[in-house]
Amino acid sequence: MLKYLVGRLAGILPVLLVISVFVFGFVHLLPGDPARLVAGPDATQQDVELVRQDLGLDQPLWVQYGRFLGNAVQGEFGRSMKSKRPVSQEIGERFLPTLYLTIVAMVWATLAGLLIGVASATKRGRWQDHVGMIVAVSGIAFPSFWLGLLMIDLFSVKLGWLPTSGYGTWQHYVMPSLTLGLGVAAVMARFTRSAFIEIAREDYVRTARAKGVPARLVVWKHTLRNALIPIITMVGLQFGFLLGGSIVVETVFSWPGLGRLLVDSVNYRDYTVIQAEILLFSLEFIIINLLVDVLYAFANPEIRYS
Amino acid sequence: MTTTDATAVAVSHEAVRSPLREFWRKFRRNRTAMAAGVCLLALALTAAAAPWIAPFDPAAFDYDRILEGPSADHWAGTDAYGRDIFSRILWGARISLSVGLLSVLLGGVAGVALGLIAGFRGGLIDSLIMRVCDVLLAFPGILLAIGIVAILGPGIENVIYAVAIFSVPVFARLVRGSTLSLKRAVYVDAARAIGVRDRLLMVRHILPGTLPSVIVYVSMRIGTSILTAASLSFIGLGAQPPSPEWGAMLADGRSYIGVASHVTFYPGLAIFLTVLAFNLLGDGLRDALDPKLR
Repeated sequence: MLKYLVGRLAGILPVLLVISVFVFGFVHLLPGDPARLVAGPDATQQDVELVRQDLGLDQPLWVQYGRFLGNAVQGEFGRSMKSKRPVSQEIGERFLPTLYLTIVAMVWATLAGLLIGVASATKRGRWQDHVGMIVAVSGIAFPSFWLGLLMIDLFSVKLGWLPTSGYGTWQHYVMPSLTLGLGVAAVMARFTRSAFIEIAREDYVRTARAKGVPARLVVWKHTLRNALIPIITMVGLQFGFLLGGSIVVETVFSWPGLGRLLVDSVNYRDYTVIQAEILLFSLEFIIINLLVDVLYAFANPEIRYS
Repeated sequence: MTTTDATAVAVSHEAVRSPLREFWRKFRRNRTAMAAGVCLLALALTAAAAPWIAPFDPAAFDYDRILEGPSADHWAGTDAYGRDIFSRILWGARISLSVGLLSVLLGGVAGVALGLIAGFRGGLIDSLIMRVCDVLLAFPGILLAIGIVAILGPGIENVIYAVAIFSVPVFARLVRGSTLSLKRAVYVDAARAIGVRDRLLMVRHILPGTLPSVIVYVSMRIGTSILTAASLSFIGLGAQPPSPEWGAMLADGRSYIGVASHVTFYPGLAIFLTVLAFNLLGDGLRDALDPKLR
């Protein structure tokens, strides 16, 4: 197990390095002079030169990259071009709202997906299955921003039950987390159904049924527990999808999270913030994938020992 | 001469089903996928004919009739400038369909080529291509697209490139897998033995074998790409406002939620139905062409 863990950790280092080069190169890929961008449009040539020296942009690229990497490891990304505050502070404030929103969405979506998937699989071919799969297929194709606007129209404007935007109380979580989780719930429902049907064909399930184990126990213990292994992997993959989806959902509901910060920074061309955000999002995604793999190895000894 | 030809044709039609016929026989039985295909065909034709059949000019202002609900004149109502929403949706279909099609074709061609080379050559070039694909896949699609739009600037053309790039690793991985198994097939060995050059082996003998799964993925990816492009336009990084792009229309209309909800309702419905149709078509194609992918 330890060997597997070490190998897996070593595997992410090259990926991280490639991403850091990409994120570092990002500012240099942009049209125009980065020093001029930081100094602003009204700066004199002298100011621009000062900024260039200040940011170390006059140094060779590999020196700049070394410095960038050293700072990044310490969570230091310079100052936001828009607010002039340290990027780490700017991001730190936005981190928790996005994390909470993602977790709430993930939890309800996984539970709903599991229930719909199991219901569809056990009632295969009957109306429960058809309804479940129509919901799932539609959920995948549903634009989250449209769902968000439809819910605001119904629950905020017409019924007045929920706030349209903002952050703080549990009411604020209802619509954003429903909107964010819909796609994931749909994918989980379809995936659970097919994983469940596959396991239900196994000999040990037939044996359990034959020796008279109650149907309910066969479903929840013998079948679902074994189907959970591929499902765990799917949950991990969907986390990345949620991180991406949060960008759109936070824009709909004015949620004070990382996604909206990213959109604002792209619109404002606030490159220091964009750099840090892309690095942070990738890091989160890689860590989640790693956690899923480790969890998977715990659940399935075949992987650990191969 | 003519008689032998005629017999040969008759035999091939009755005894041996060509792969295309076999596909059509299976696909036709899937009524949902057939319906989705017919709808998409109709949508494509309508979109192509939009300049002639749209009842109104999609950009024409009419300040006497702003934010009107659906009526006999304006089937989907009018927006805040009195523009006819139905006509705008028809014109928007041209944008959404071309963005979806172009980005997937662009990403698909690049991905298929990379996957073919990686699988066929193996070794260093294989690990290099696949590591880059791993990194690209490590990014959630929309995040990668936002990164690219941040470099290239907002706009619908840049969205095509941004969305194309995250289709590349998907196709590369898929095609590499089938190439690995196909290059050991007996007919490929036979072709190699009679001295067929590598490039011809790849293009003529291996590429066709990978196509069924590629076609399935194209249909599935078009739906995803249309959705991503609309999302980018909605958050203001794709098509810019006067454009009748569906996502941009939703962004435009969101200030009128509650006052005139139809402004966002119909473009949203258009995105949903189009993406749904592409996904259902993809499911049907998969069942008929390549059940292993399930």
